[in-house]
Amino acid sequence: MSTELLKVENLEVQFKSGSTVTKAVNGVSFTLNRKENIGIVGESGSGKSVTATSLLRLIPSPPGHISGGKILFEGKDLLTLSDKEMRDIRGNDISMIFQDPLTSLNPVFTVGDQIMESIKLHQKVSKKEAKQKAIQMLQLVGIPAPEKRLNMYPHEFSGGMRQRVMIAIALSCNPKLLIADEPTTALDVTVQAQILELMKKLQDEFNTSIIMITHDLGVVWEICHKVLVMYAGNVIEYGTVEEIHDHPMHPYTWGLLDSQITENIEDHEMLTTIPGSPPDLRQEIIGCPFAPRCSYSQDICFSKAPEMVEVKEKHFVACHFQTKENRLNRKERSTHARAVVKS
Amino acid sequence: MGKYILGRILNMIPTLLIVAVIIFLITRMLPGNPAAVMLGPQASAEEIEVLTEKLGLNEPLYIQFFDYIGNLLQGNLGNSLTYNMPIIDLIMERFPNTVILAVSALLIAILVGVPAGIIAARKQNSIFDYAFTTFSLMGVSMPIFWLGIMLVLFFSVNLGWFPATGMGSMDEGIGDFISHLILPSIALATIPTAQFARITRSSMLEVISQDYVKTARSKGLHEFFVICKHAFKNALTPLLTVLGLQISSMLGGAVLTETIFSWPGIGLLIIDAIGKRDFVVVQNMVIFIALIYVVVNLLVDISYKLVNPRIKYSSGKGGTK
Repeated sequence: MSTELLKVENLEVQFKSGSTVTKAVNGVSFTLNRKENIGIVGESGSGKSVTATSLLRLIPSPPGHISGGKILFEGKDLLTLSDKEMRDIRGNDISMIFQDPLTSLNPVFTVGDQIMESIKLHQKVSKKEAKQKAIQMLQLVGIPAPEKRLNMYPHEFSGGMRQRVMIAIALSCNPKLLIADEPTTALDVTVQAQILELMKKLQDEFNTSIIMITHDLGVVWEICHKVLVMYAGNVIEYGTVEEIHDHPMHPYTWGLLDSQITENIEDHEMLTTIPGSPPDLRQEIIGCPFAPRCSYSQDICFSKAPEMVEVKEKHFVACHFQTKENRLNRKERSTHARAVVKS
Repeated sequence: MGKYILGRILNMIPTLLIVAVIIFLITRMLPGNPAAVMLGPQASAEEIEVLTEKLGLNEPLYIQFFDYIGNLLQGNLGNSLTYNMPIIDLIMERFPNTVILAVSALLIAILVGVPAGIIAARKQNSIFDYAFTTFSLMGVSMPIFWLGIMLVLFFSVNLGWFPATGMGSMDEGIGDFISHLILPSIALATIPTAQFARITRSSMLEVISQDYVKTARSKGLHEFFVICKHAFKNALTPLLTVLGLQISSMLGGAVLTETIFSWPGIGLLIIDAIGKRDFVVVQNMVIFIALIYVVVNLLVDISYKLVNPRIKYSSGKGGTK
């Protein structure tokens, strides 16, 4: 069994509305090994959720459309599978949890029905066995009195409890890959920590790889091995957590790191923000998509799109000023920028 | 829940009483002496007077009213003079015919309207959806008397496929029974079909983009189950409301349809009775129809809970929360 679980190559997703085409995802590539977690970070509209949803071929179509690339899951290209083959993978090999647990469970079916549905669908088991498994799953995700809870409806659960139920559903068929689309964003801070803790614990138990979509870098440092930083549908930096955490190289990643709330922040100190807003994806972007907001941008940034370069082992950056031979940290970059302006 | 139902049943009494008062007053306000109309133009003044007395029409209004209410509370609906039989027998004879027509029309409306609405919602803004919108708008605005006449002209007179009027009998075979049923059922089903379709489409559109539908897909469910199980059950509440109204109105006698096709149901009976000034029949039929409405409404309110577990019933003055 190869260690590589998922390999995404040049994934492109477009949304068409009349004659306008929105390029939501533009050539995303990454690989994920078994038992490994990857974080996809970026601000709203950067294409992280679309990327994740496309992996299961669940983007609403029309208007959405995967216009290019490959999604190799255990060597099979998911984009070439029939609908039936794809359904066999969903919920079974790859499952997904969503941002808002208040709306992602169906309000008119009991929690038990919703957990058993997946189990009955993918594992040819009797109703009784499915029920046993559902109870076991509820226990695993830390829901007390699972036998009783099985017959309750989602509105009788709190937000954190509902997300636990979602996790139970997602993991009920021992998936190899779990896509978590901002699973903690809609929850209270204390509950967030519990849910993350739970995901970490269950991952060890189920040997599941996780794709964690988030805009919270704290979550990434906590549970991920790799990070993919997305901006305007493009991957702008990709590497191991250690690399991105200790040696971030793209100015956008610097901006993201600066805008984090950390323990070291002093009283009355202002959080840094990235000025401006992301580009309109309905328009053709010439050059680096981040250039208009980048405080280090030069002429070339506005005319030529930077290519993804492996600047160091397992660390890729798409910036004209970062190369394998010449890696610059932030301080050096500022000096470099001044030098270029002077000359 | 039990308390709620009991409360609602008790609530029916004042509702029906108010209907009784109103219909009593209206029948008394109709111009012309009912006795004279019943006996026809050849009747002598003496005959009319005898009948007036027999009907109790010479008594003061309030005495007439209390007699009427008193009988009603005892379950005594009285006799019809023009039909020469107890009213309860008249209802028993006619109501099943109305039920047959109503059930048949409802089946058409549900089996055609609901799937059409679901498909239109699934294929929003497609050619099917546009055609659907046009036809369903035509359906809800169709004058039934005109449609009924056109159906008769085309299918009975021109093509000779189905009989134009009347109700078939099972004694003549199921074919005769069904061929009589088809045209009136289609006429009666037209508006409800279009209504169900429009309601289904709009409430499906609301739920189809919800997260739980995405969750259902992400589990690997077939699209059919995603739509027909997960989405549809959430879209059912508004459909139930319209369904309840339609059931009541059909069971209360489809006056136009029954008249055009001479269908011997309670709608035709009422029209007939009004023409004959048989106010006893009219009064009782109206109360019977009011009873159908309140019972069906109660059943619909109870059924909300079946499709939506979040609904809680509060006892007392009724109503859903």
